[in-house]
Amino acid sequence: MEALVASAVGIMTAAGIFLILRRRTFPVILGLSLITYAVNVFLFATGRLALNAPAVLNKYEEVPYTDPLPQALVLTAIVISFGMTAVIVMISLSAYLSAKDDHIDMSPQDSVDAPGDDA
Amino acid sequence: MSLFLIAALPFLGAVFPALLIRAGRNAAASAAGLTTFLALMGLLIHIPSVMRGDVVTARFDWIPGLGLNANFMLDGLGFLFALLILGIGLLIILYARFYLSREDPMGQFYTYLLLFQGAMVGIVLSDNILLLLIFWELTSLSSFLLIGYWKHLPEGRQGARMALAVTGSGGLAMIAGMLILGNIVGSYDLSIILQNKELIQASPYYMPALILILLGCFTKSAQFPFHFWLPHAMAAPTPVSAYLHSATMVKAGLFLMARMWPVLAGTDAWFYIVATTGLITMLIGAAIALFKDDLKALLAFSTVSHLGLITMLLGFGTKIAAVAAIFHIINHATFKAALFMTAGIVDHETGTRDIKKLGGLRHLMPITFTIGTIAALSMAGLPPLNGFLSKEMMLEETVHTTWLHSHYLVPGLALLAALFSAAYSFRFVSHVFLGPQRDDYPAHPHDPPVGLWIAPALLVMLVILIGLYSAAIVGPLVAVVSSAVIGGEKLPYYSLKLWHGFTPALYMSAVATLGGLFLLALHKRGEQIWNTLPRPEAKQIFEAIIDAMTRLSRWITDEMHNGVLSRYAIIFVAFTVGLGYYAYSTGTIGIETRVPLPAQIIPIIGWICLVGATLGIMWFHRNRLLSLVLIGVVGLIVSVAFNYLSAPDLALTQISVEVVTMILLLLSLNFLPTETPWDSSAARRWRDAAISVVAGLGTGALIYAIMLRDFAFPTISDFHLANSYKGGGGTNVVNVILVDFRGFDTFGEIIVLGIAALIIFALTESVLGSNVRAYLLNRKPHWPQSGDSHPLMMVVVTRVMMPIALMVGAYIFFRGHNQPGGGFIAGLIVAIAYLMQYMASGYTWAIERQRFYYHGTIGWGVLIAAATGLGAWFNERPFLTSDFGYINWPPLEEFEWATAMLFDTGVFLAVLGAVMLALDSLSRFAWQPGMAQEFPMDINPLRDDLLEEEQGKEQA
Repeated sequence: MEALVASAVGIMTAAGIFLILRRRTFPVILGLSLITYAVNVFLFATGRLALNAPAVLNKYEEVPYTDPLPQALVLTAIVISFGMTAVIVMISLSAYLSAKDDHIDMSPQDSVDAPGDDA
Repeated sequence: MSLFLIAALPFLGAVFPALLIRAGRNAAASAAGLTTFLALMGLLIHIPSVMRGDVVTARFDWIPGLGLNANFMLDGLGFLFALLILGIGLLIILYARFYLSREDPMGQFYTYLLLFQGAMVGIVLSDNILLLLIFWELTSLSSFLLIGYWKHLPEGRQGARMALAVTGSGGLAMIAGMLILGNIVGSYDLSIILQNKELIQASPYYMPALILILLGCFTKSAQFPFHFWLPHAMAAPTPVSAYLHSATMVKAGLFLMARMWPVLAGTDAWFYIVATTGLITMLIGAAIALFKDDLKALLAFSTVSHLGLITMLLGFGTKIAAVAAIFHIINHATFKAALFMTAGIVDHETGTRDIKKLGGLRHLMPITFTIGTIAALSMAGLPPLNGFLSKEMMLEETVHTTWLHSHYLVPGLALLAALFSAAYSFRFVSHVFLGPQRDDYPAHPHDPPVGLWIAPALLVMLVILIGLYSAAIVGPLVAVVSSAVIGGEKLPYYSLKLWHGFTPALYMSAVATLGGLFLLALHKRGEQIWNTLPRPEAKQIFEAIIDAMTRLSRWITDEMHNGVLSRYAIIFVAFTVGLGYYAYSTGTIGIETRVPLPAQIIPIIGWICLVGATLGIMWFHRNRLLSLVLIGVVGLIVSVAFNYLSAPDLALTQISVEVVTMILLLLSLNFLPTETPWDSSAARRWRDAAISVVAGLGTGALIYAIMLRDFAFPTISDFHLANSYKGGGGTNVVNVILVDFRGFDTFGEIIVLGIAALIIFALTESVLGSNVRAYLLNRKPHWPQSGDSHPLMMVVVTRVMMPIALMVGAYIFFRGHNQPGGGFIAGLIVAIAYLMQYMASGYTWAIERQRFYYHGTIGWGVLIAAATGLGAWFNERPFLTSDFGYINWPPLEEFEWATAMLFDTGVFLAVLGAVMLALDSLSRFAWQPGMAQEFPMDINPLRDDLLEEEQGKEQA
């Protein structure tokens, strides 16, 4: 089981990084989403894996519980990463609509024009 | 009055002049004056205990773990400086009221002045060096505002910038020095540091700490070679110059040297660095001052020279020299403030500060003449004025000082400096006030109104009285301050009096005075020689250095931030991988202590789907719609995996986030190109693939290694498990962590989420406000549009689903504390319920029926969460402490209530508002005219029937 999770994290990370290194906005957004999954699973897995042991206290008998702390961290991370994805989607969309260009890299000319360019 | 209040009063009072200026200039000046007066009175209340030699303290532990405490102390030294700062401050406030013209924004002036005053008082009262550093930096900042007060003058702006650059960078050096000092002693409290002389001087870090701290002091006190900023700061209005350069800002460096004297002084390093710097500064400042034609420049360089004198005395490291230094600080503050004010009056009344254009003013301005002359003669060191006394003591000390075995070097140079000093003082009097009356003054000079001359007159009274009755007036003060400086040890024998008999110092004084007169007589000749000498122009050197640094940093920035984002990403990934490899190759990973879980068939199928989808995204990423579908598969499997691996809360959250993210990405794809063209070369793709594979391998190996090992240290999770029910009242530990144990984190996170949504809204507004709107309105979609964009089935189903979905949301919310669920998940579910209406019935239809704004939802969410947290304060608990209990209504089951539930309501609202605001904003891009429909469905059987009926009627 551990090998499956670890290899999935590794593959998602690799694919995410590869996509982040592309030169258009949309693949980069996809890459960030993949990395988000990878990082969330990574953080979750630092609590070690456990089956049928949710961290919901059982009043009636002694049962094992998984580590709740990474779960709480990852829960907010998932929601925050939605906010982050939404912001970069909006930025890339605005940039594309304003400049009709979805390259992520600035050409040297752009950086000269950048100040005062508010189109 | 509490020391806290004395230090805080100027800051509190700084608000009033800025506000009261609308009520007139007198109101603003009175507010400033009253604040200062109150603080001064608060200080004077402490006279009895300070004079007894007690130390008044006020402690407030702020972050004890970091050694950061807001501790104040008032001993003799702090008292003297606070007295100078507040006392002269009061006089300056009075003087400035009459000095500033109608055009100057006086409210601003007093606000800046009070901020500066507060920072200075803070420095001298701090008992914690970290606190002291904060105030130290505040003086740099507020003096920047004061020096650059006349924003329209380029000299003012340049002078302010130079002062900030020099004193600010010195301050940075001092921060480092103070931190070293604090580390040596193990405490940041001054009172503790001051008792550890042996420990500090024996430490190998003594030298670096000493040099860094002295850098801060020397830059602040304008010691050579950092003296050049002070004359350029003279572009400020004269009240500022008088305040900053007589009693306060430049004395801060001296104060710190005096404060640190007990632990830093007494070594050879201290003597040679401090005394030599002081001596050179004293000599150079005096020589330059003699040849300056600008009145204020003359005074500025004389200030530099006198600061050098005091620095030198402190540098001698003997107790008696420290006494002399303290005495001269008092005397210099009195006569120099008076002289600056006199120069300001001359400037104000004649319209010029150029000595060459002045002269013969004694009959036109008799009062100013009297004040200026007395102060200048005190500066020259003539009896019976106070300057004479301390200059005598200084000369006396130099006689007893040997510098590298030379008995004559220090006294000789000091005598020369004293001679120059006498010469420029005499020049101030004779070239401005004496000589023939002229008829080409830029204005008609006459004595100013009493408001302008009363402040310097009071100071000159002090100059005379201290000179005549020094032992009676300042004797006890000097004794108390000096014993504070030398660290409470027994004071050496000294006497403050005019006549000490025929001592070497007396002869030296006589030589200096006569020589000064002689130099004055030769001034014209000397000036010609001076002007032919090559002199380095400090301002040009400074600007050249600044230019070079600007160019360097611009070059670095341009080279590193060239706008190619993918390069940043490569550097970041490569560096992180390298760091990981370094950690792996130098550290140990320990042995495997956990048995791996067996892999069953279902997880393996899930793994195959996930890996297949991920690789598919990589392979097909040019087809954007397909890759979006595949990433949905990845998300789905991740959420199922969470559920399988005992994380039901994560599974619920992940799957609902998945829905809104997909809708978001689909919406955006509506506007973006549907295909990604080939941009990179094959070589580049291979390089990227190689980097990604290495990074992926590293990450996978790392988590694999972690999962097979137990924690190296005890985990805090057990605490959460044990206290979740007892302390938090909930059995779902994850939810209790979110809303209770780590409630403060969650509070921050919902704020971040709200900000993200507001950014999206703002971006939408700005894009729709630009010419993009025209493009959007006329845009042709990528794909042929469905003729039935709001299908009957979907509309009906979503309408029916709406109350059920809301019900599920409520259910998930309420059970959250004890079962998987909670505010985050409920917020997402309700958001999805709303989104279904948007999708099925159309944006316009949904928005018409919306009863509330999402901004408000976010705001209420954050406010409710904050109010819940604040509620704990009313019960005298820390922020966000939760409480819970149980209610029993007989026919029903036992109910639990918890304040955490209220907090979770805030989370719920914030999440709902943020998600909806983000998607709502994006939807607005799609709006086109003609989309608004009267009807919720495009094809409605009922409507068609009506239409046919109508047509039938018409035919009939």
